[in-house]
Amino acid sequence: MNEQTLTPEQRAANLKGMGSSRKRVEDVRFTQGKGNYVDDIKLDGMLFGDFVRSPYAHARVVSINTEEAMKVPGVVAVLTAEDLAPLGLHWMPTLAGDKQMVLADGKVLFQGQEVAFVVAEDRYAAADAAELVEVDYEELPVVVDPFEALKSDVVLREDTVDENGNATEGAHGPRNHPNHIFTWEQGEKEATEAVLSEADVVAEEMVYYHRTHPCPLETCGSVASMDKVTGKLTLWGTFQAPHAIRTVVSLISGIAEHNIRVISPDIGGGFGNKVGAYAGYVCSVVASIVTGKPVKWVEDRMENLMSTAFARDYWMKGKIAATKDGKITGLWCHTTADHGGFDACADPTKFPAGFMNICTGSYDIPTAYLAVEGVYTNKAPGGVAYRCSFRVTEAAYFIERMIEVLAIKLNMDAAELRRINFIKKDQFPYQSALGWEYDSGDYHTAWDKALESVGYDKLRVEQAQQIEDFKAGKTRKLMGIGLTHFTEIVGAGPVKNCDILGLGMFDSCEIRIHPTGSAIARLGTISQGQGHATTFAQIIASEIGLPADDITLEEGDTDTAPYGLGTYGSRSTPVAGAATAMAARKIRAKAQMIAAYLLEVHDDDVEWDIDRFAVKGAPERFKTMKEIAFAAYNQAIPGLEPGLEAVSYYDPPNMTYPFGAYICVLDIDVDTGEADIRSFYALDDCGTRINPMIIEGQVHGGLTEALAIAMGQEIAYDEMGNVKTGTLMDFFIPTAWETPNYITDHTTTPSPHHPIGAKGVGESPNVGGVPCFSNAVHDAFRPFGLTQTHMPHDHWRIWKTANDLGLHG
Amino acid sequence: MSKMHVKMNVNGKEVEGLAEPRTLLIHFLRENLNITGPHIGCETSHCGACTVDMDGKSVKSCTVFVAQAQGKDVTTVEGLVNEDGSLGVIQEMFREHHGLQCGFCTPGMITRAHRLLQENPNPTEEEIRFGMAGNLCRCTGYQNIVKSIAAAADTLNAQKEAAE
Amino acid sequence: MIPAGFEYHRPSDIASAVSILQEHGDEARVIAGGHSLIPMMKLRMADMGHLIDLQDIDALKGISLMGDTVTIGAMVTQHELITSATLANAVPIIKEAALLIADPQVRYVGTVGGNVANGDPGNDMPGLMQCLNASYELSGPDGTRTVAAREFYEAAYFTARDDEEILTRIHIPVPAAGTGYAYEKQKRKIGDYATAASAVMLRVVDGVCAEASIAMTNLADTPVFAEAASAALYGRALDDAAIGDAVSAAIEATDPVADNRGPVEFKKHVASVILRRAIDRAASRAS
Repeated sequence: MNEQTLTPEQRAANLKGMGSSRKRVEDVRFTQGKGNYVDDIKLDGMLFGDFVRSPYAHARVVSINTEEAMKVPGVVAVLTAEDLAPLGLHWMPTLAGDKQMVLADGKVLFQGQEVAFVVAEDRYAAADAAELVEVDYEELPVVVDPFEALKSDVVLREDTVDENGNATEGAHGPRNHPNHIFTWEQGEKEATEAVLSEADVVAEEMVYYHRTHPCPLETCGSVASMDKVTGKLTLWGTFQAPHAIRTVVSLISGIAEHNIRVISPDIGGGFGNKVGAYAGYVCSVVASIVTGKPVKWVEDRMENLMSTAFARDYWMKGKIAATKDGKITGLWCHTTADHGGFDACADPTKFPAGFMNICTGSYDIPTAYLAVEGVYTNKAPGGVAYRCSFRVTEAAYFIERMIEVLAIKLNMDAAELRRINFIKKDQFPYQSALGWEYDSGDYHTAWDKALESVGYDKLRVEQAQQIEDFKAGKTRKLMGIGLTHFTEIVGAGPVKNCDILGLGMFDSCEIRIHPTGSAIARLGTISQGQGHATTFAQIIASEIGLPADDITLEEGDTDTAPYGLGTYGSRSTPVAGAATAMAARKIRAKAQMIAAYLLEVHDDDVEWDIDRFAVKGAPERFKTMKEIAFAAYNQAIPGLEPGLEAVSYYDPPNMTYPFGAYICVLDIDVDTGEADIRSFYALDDCGTRINPMIIEGQVHGGLTEALAIAMGQEIAYDEMGNVKTGTLMDFFIPTAWETPNYITDHTTTPSPHHPIGAKGVGESPNVGGVPCFSNAVHDAFRPFGLTQTHMPHDHWRIWKTANDLGLHG
Repeated sequence: MSKMHVKMNVNGKEVEGLAEPRTLLIHFLRENLNITGPHIGCETSHCGACTVDMDGKSVKSCTVFVAQAQGKDVTTVEGLVNEDGSLGVIQEMFREHHGLQCGFCTPGMITRAHRLLQENPNPTEEEIRFGMAGNLCRCTGYQNIVKSIAAAADTLNAQKEAAE
Repeated sequence: MIPAGFEYHRPSDIASAVSILQEHGDEARVIAGGHSLIPMMKLRMADMGHLIDLQDIDALKGISLMGDTVTIGAMVTQHELITSATLANAVPIIKEAALLIADPQVRYVGTVGGNVANGDPGNDMPGLMQCLNASYELSGPDGTRTVAAREFYEAAYFTARDDEEILTRIHIPVPAAGTGYAYEKQKRKIGDYATAASAVMLRVVDGVCAEASIAMTNLADTPVFAEAASAALYGRALDDAAIGDAVSAAIEATDPVADNRGPVEFKKHVASVILRRAIDRAASRAS
């Protein structure tokens, strides 16, 4: 069949553009073991680095003796803070404006902190030598509770107090205690307090979102190779933001940025864990400079869970005010945020608590106030967005719990309470009380569809019967119905208010069309499993009419890709996806001129038609994009440069606001504390849908991470600051056996400001999933008087809830 | 410690190398033989990313010393491609049904699924979930992995039937 | 997580293995499947100069039924326990329990000998073997001896086995026809040890319990063989009162420790719930 005989539908289908469930191009490599992850990189003469880590959560480092370690055959060097100090690299800046020790500089602040870096010819020798490094510690009092920390005389960070012992000014303003990092306030305090004091009803609760960890299946690692001849440093690593890493490495090492090439190879899952800058990266670079050889560092799972980038750990005290009919009039929140020994949260600079101020959620709340107080404790630093956009999961959990708590107080159905408080479709763009402009939404439609799909009313009837049966002793199971309507804020973000370490959070795409009508595109983002090579090609295919199969996509090499801020916070589609569409449109604009010339008509007399420009009113006269590409390079066109390529750096005008309605039904065994997920329905509205297959996969995955977090996953410490959940025996990751099937659904409310209307979806299921699972557990116990209990809802905590409510007789 | 002369059959080829007895099989495969399909995820035999087939059993190669694997037949995900280099049925079905995202668990998943389907060519969904419970995935939520394996079973059975 | 180095031995008969053990004393350890030992070695919590791999010793393999006794070689894997037709007929509770151990990959490699000999309170087989009144055959420099599973466990990781002995075989009396059985285990996920587990065997004759045997796992530093619980059932109809007495007696014998699975109070309660379920299920299977 030639171009003439295909129907428009066939021509569109051949492109495999937006909306098609195109199979992933990445998978041909991955399914046969031909991925290229950082630990797969092998260079001539490569050395291997391993850390000596602190067994104590708080201690002075009195001395470090490396003599025996150096005797191990194959050991090349043992680095300590003393070795890094002359280079100024014994401390490094954190993403949050604080600084962090690379290697222990006189003391350690959390268990697992890096103390020395052993470099050897292979990982076995490095591990043997690490065992032999003798460190003399003097234990100090340990502070693990953030509330205690603010009252304690124990100063964790002596580098942040003056000679009188007073806290010096921090990166985010004044500090009122040596262990206090910042207080961030949003909204109107007095007005909110006034609303609370005058309200018909005020519900009040402490909502704790426990400390957990993104725990991608691949841990963090890097390979540094300093070429002393060319003076060029090449750094491969598990970087969710390779360009940012290049700039940071340049700034802290003094190596000119053009002499640094950062490469993110395939990444085995990120979920926020790989946003941060870690001691291992710095040490591999220094070790390569010192030894003149490539140096690899790959952490093991215990190191990953103990030292790199935890998530959450927010104590959120909330008050919500409403009329007696359930119309919410005000929201108040004071959060105590446990940041660990260093403030290494990954948030845009102006947002020390991320986008926690999205905590008014999907509701039209006229007055609100939020304060977040950051605190140092003897725990690992981090505070990354674990499959979410900068504290949105905390915010969503908070508001979705507070709605439930209010529903209990009002003795109302929680579905109805949500419905009467949703922001209405015609209120968008909506200005929230805490400062955001929601771009678009249609919450009522989504909510009604969700309730109808699961047969909500029938479920409540069944639940009522079950409660009666339970009370009559006919069953020991309780049924819980979990509801959530979440609104996300993703796609950071507009450079006017979003930067990290001063780097504006735009993103980029460069597209080159080859003469024969295929193309290569490069982006500033980096896939960690999201399938960018597949989906971004689909955007280009739809925009310029070349088949996605003919478009190569590259990311992650700073020598070739345009500058961008990377992939996290569901920003790839909202920001880099927009850049991709805009770059493609520049190409199409030039193509239009070429087509007009070839068709011998005025530019305005041709119109775009799927994969070609055709003369208006004469569709049989056209030039396909393929023909135009050839002409662009090989035909002299007056007034036009040869070639067909474009680059776009896209600074988004606003964030995007995906939303969703989730409903979970579970059955709780009151006697054992086990919860069996009966069903889970997830309706997501992520605006324009690029690849439905991939969206569905993202939702399944995010819900499973939510299941883990809600039902058992945590980084727990004992009172001595020892990590109690350092292996995958105790750190809960469900297997296929514990994981349910999910029902996915959608509505489509495009973003009005995004070139293709897309909003991003990767994190929605985690943001909405956690409160949904948790609300289901709470709901099961609601008839017996439960208002609030804390996650994770593992067997014993559920059992304890039942026990506390007197359900064990 | 002195090194030993290790010999085994990997993906149908006799291979040998020098390694300390304590060398973990996963390291021998990845470092000595450059077979980097099997990955290291947890190192405590929980995640299954390092799963290989050894003498007809699925094993976690992070918890096997190379000395124990001396003389064994080992198959990795690389050994499951067709002779012409095209994807094997299970590999193809993982692609077809979006049974992978970051790809890190995938070699272990596919290698384990291979053994599961050898032993149980017609698994129910429950049997697939139980049989795959030694492999963790952080991306997919398993739903599409289960679907991929069920589809692979159907395809393999159809192929078998056609051949008979 | 890299283990320290060791000399590797792979003897082909029991005598050779014993003599290597004898030569190196507590510097040597035997390895079967290695899924308990290797992680400990990787954490450098177990360190030995000599590792004796038992995989080539044929005398440690195989499952056989002779008269009223099933004999299982120490190197028989959990997977083999699950797929053995002999066991499925003679002692079906073994399959039921083995399916709840770890995950498929670990069951292919993990051995029954390693599971019972290690003395790890989290392992399922010791309690099960006590329930079944199994005995262990040990070979050492002075020959062979047999120790009852119910006498074998002294404390966590301490057993009646001498350092120079190898546990070679397990002998299990075949339960009488019509014996009801059940193995119940609660765990946080596949791959976890038990929060609580219980093994129950019982016979019912003329409506009353003619024989009962109850053991529990991970509820003390050794398996808990609850003789008093069995006695509470004996000679009585398996009604609520009898079962309640048995459960109380069994829980009395437990001494769990708090860990990430939960505090003591919770564990005891869960133990009582699953034991009751195990007794109910065993009773329903008794004929």
